[in-house]
Amino acid sequence: MEQIQRKLAEYTASLYNEKILDEQFIQLQQLQDESNPDFVVEVVSLFFEDSERLLNELAKALNQTNVDFKKLDAHVHQLKGSSSSIGAQRVQRVCISFRNYCDDRNVEGCLKCLQQIKIEYTLVKNKLETLFKLEKQFVDAGGSFPVV
Amino acid sequence: MNVEKKLTTLIVDDNIVVRMVHRALLRKFGMETQEVKNGQEAVLAHHNGACFDLIMMNLDMLVMNGRQVCFYKSHVDSLIVRMTSREKEEEEKSFLDAGIDYYYPKPLTIDVVRDLVEKINGNA
Repeated sequence: MEQIQRKLAEYTASLYNEKILDEQFIQLQQLQDESNPDFVVEVVSLFFEDSERLLNELAKALNQTNVDFKKLDAHVHQLKGSSSSIGAQRVQRVCISFRNYCDDRNVEGCLKCLQQIKIEYTLVKNKLETLFKLEKQFVDAGGSFPVV
Repeated sequence: MNVEKKLTTLIVDDNIVVRMVHRALLRKFGMETQEVKNGQEAVLAHHNGACFDLIMMNLDMLVMNGRQVCFYKSHVDSLIVRMTSREKEEEEKSFLDAGIDYYYPKPLTIDVVRDLVEKINGNA
């Protein structure tokens, strides 16, 4: 069990060190309690669902002959807000650049950002799924949170 | 002060994930919450005499405008708080004149909510 605990602690630390997650994720963990026992997994799952919807919308919007930059910006803004609220720092950062390209009506810049967001999103998704797996292993082995 | 009465908050944000996080943050402090997606729905939420102790607004949304903000100030007795993005801070300061009581940078955190609850109870 100690081994799992160590693995979990190291993995968690790496997520913060690599800036994949920021302090906002800690806020989410602090909101999880007996009255809300699965909060983190639930809100992250919602984030995945919502992000995938937004990424589809972004791809669609950039595929138009006449790109609607206002619509594009609205979608990026949403993704920026949701990623910021769960602590997905790297996704949020790319959204900021993306919005600048929208302001400049720069399609190529936007396309590059979309690619970048997809990469960062896939990364944070995989990392969080691994984190949840490790946490489950820890709990199954008899561990309980909070883990220092 | 009546400590039995639960504080109520209206959450105004167009993103479902943000609403969920705000809901959990506010409920952690014992507040009851209601959620709407935009300024129009926020105004509608005040029909039938409903009123809120706190209104959390994301005013980067497309559907909110200054008129709707002024509606709150003249019709409701709530503390109005605006969540802003860091890049647009100068723009946001002008909203203070339009009737927002406070503005905070996103994302919303436990410390900010604690601060807001204290402000509300301080005004009670």
